[in-house]
Amino acid sequence: MRTGVWPYTFMLMPVDIPAAVISNTRLTPDYNVLALAAPGIAERAAPGQFVMVKTTPGLDPLLRRPFSIFEILRDAAGTPVGISLLNKRVGVGTARLYQAQAGDRLECLGPLGTPFVPVDPPAEAWMVAGGVGLAPFATLAHALAARGTAMTLFYGGRSASDLFYESFFAGLGAKLVITTEDGSAGERGRVTAPLGRALEQRAAHGPVTLYACGPTPMMRAVAELGARHGRTAFVSLEPVMGCGMGGCYSCVVRVARPGGTHLVRSCIDGPVFDASRVVWDALQGGHH
Amino acid sequence: MADLSVSIGSLTLKNPVIAASGCFGYGVEYASAFDISTLGGVAVKGLFLNEREGHAPPRIVETPAGMLNAIGLQGIGVHRFVSEKLPELRRLGATTIVNICGSTLEEYCEVARVLSDAEGVGALELNISCPNIKEGGIQFGCSLTGTYDVVSAVRKVTSLPIIPKLTPNVTDPSSFARASEDAGADAISLVNTFLAMAIDVETRAPKLTNVMGGLSGPAIRPIAVRMVWECRQAVKLPIIGMGGIATATDALEFIIAGANAVQVGTANFVHPLLWTGLIAGINDYLDRHGIARAADLVGQMILPSKGPR
Repeated sequence: MRTGVWPYTFMLMPVDIPAAVISNTRLTPDYNVLALAAPGIAERAAPGQFVMVKTTPGLDPLLRRPFSIFEILRDAAGTPVGISLLNKRVGVGTARLYQAQAGDRLECLGPLGTPFVPVDPPAEAWMVAGGVGLAPFATLAHALAARGTAMTLFYGGRSASDLFYESFFAGLGAKLVITTEDGSAGERGRVTAPLGRALEQRAAHGPVTLYACGPTPMMRAVAELGARHGRTAFVSLEPVMGCGMGGCYSCVVRVARPGGTHLVRSCIDGPVFDASRVVWDALQGGHH
Repeated sequence: MADLSVSIGSLTLKNPVIAASGCFGYGVEYASAFDISTLGGVAVKGLFLNEREGHAPPRIVETPAGMLNAIGLQGIGVHRFVSEKLPELRRLGATTIVNICGSTLEEYCEVARVLSDAEGVGALELNISCPNIKEGGIQFGCSLTGTYDVVSAVRKVTSLPIIPKLTPNVTDPSSFARASEDAGADAISLVNTFLAMAIDVETRAPKLTNVMGGLSGPAIRPIAVRMVWECRQAVKLPIIGMGGIATATDALEFIIAGANAVQVGTANFVHPLLWTGLIAGINDYLDRHGIARAADLVGQMILPSKGPR
């Protein structure tokens, strides 16, 4: 099965918008949600797509950073008016986004990338998120809810303070399975443990498609569980990205093709990949 | 409206702004974002005869006002380019400049022959300056006789305009410009990236898998302007200048230093829709200064001793 590869020349035109910060909601000392006025991006975005954001004006850092489109913001009439980003402070650029003030402007290019293909009933969708890897799933959950597809969110973090928006997903009808490494919420341990058990129990029942985003070892484990249980799994990868448009060839990942493997650009051939095609050993060395 | 056109041998560019090779994919990637026929030219990613995988990631790292890359010339090879990309570039109305690579003189010539037989190629840019792979032409580009040999060999097999792309990683780029002119080049382009390194001091590991990479971006611009100026004194050939150009002002600086056209690379990663404003900015400058043709500004730097007091 292919990942729903859309030839890029057929994709909707990305736009570059100096998006005004509508609000900055700091969830914890590390995480925040930035709401951005970007109607041109919001109206075009498909589930799992991303934007390239210039986190600082000027030349340092020089390049933009990729961010999953978290929520599509709508006005009272339902018209798309903006997007939000789920940000985790890890470096210079993300620290700037954590500090952003309402009214600041951030250049946003998008929407970019090959989106998730939401499954239809009777198939179920099981989303597996680790930490900030929750980001691409809000748009996917909306698309699944609109189709009437039953969904479960397996959501893991280091502790309860790393978990957000559970009620948002529950409100869309998702069943939640929570894990934390310190046991402060849900089951203690890794998110792939309850996922594995659920897949065992599911064996005799109907079709399930897995969607995963999070640390590379987590996505790899989901890929292996999917393969073991004969379930299609899609992963949203996040390698170092230079341009987001297919111009620079820096974000390549190794995927299988008939007769061997090759390196493809995760910005246009991804970020969503069929997990069974990803050569995971080649991903482990990458910096994040 | 000034006349922005530029002649490179038999090829006429509608304006002096070209998307730089290695920074613009095969051009078709950008067709969903803007009309690439509005560019003076599209220099597509470097092509060998055969498909090539390139280096393991990480392939880029940011540095102050710039970035290092060691992509390693990943590419689909000239035959797939001709069958899969060139028809689309023709349909889009792009002025296509194909950057060609080789590990041997014979490979450069074979790639040039294949492209000469194809429809829709405007010019060949000879990559003799990629700093990131041993057999990517740098062995030609760092030797005056090597430069002369590869340009004259390709000259014999094609009537397309040929544009050797020169490295800045030599003491005197202008001598390489002269060697190119003597060997029958139609133009030269410079500069390719500066060989450079960055190290993570905590892990003591190089930040690029390939250890070394090429520095590009605004950090290199003043050095590139100097090199274009030096080459302008050395040759009569059209010069395509590049190195850290992000604005019309930057492009004009290269033109005044002696470039007939410019290429924009790294800035496209940050602002892929910068082109319309950049071209309009050059035109506005020419109108504001009462200069009828972009060609009239080339190399027209006013030296301090001759300048107005």
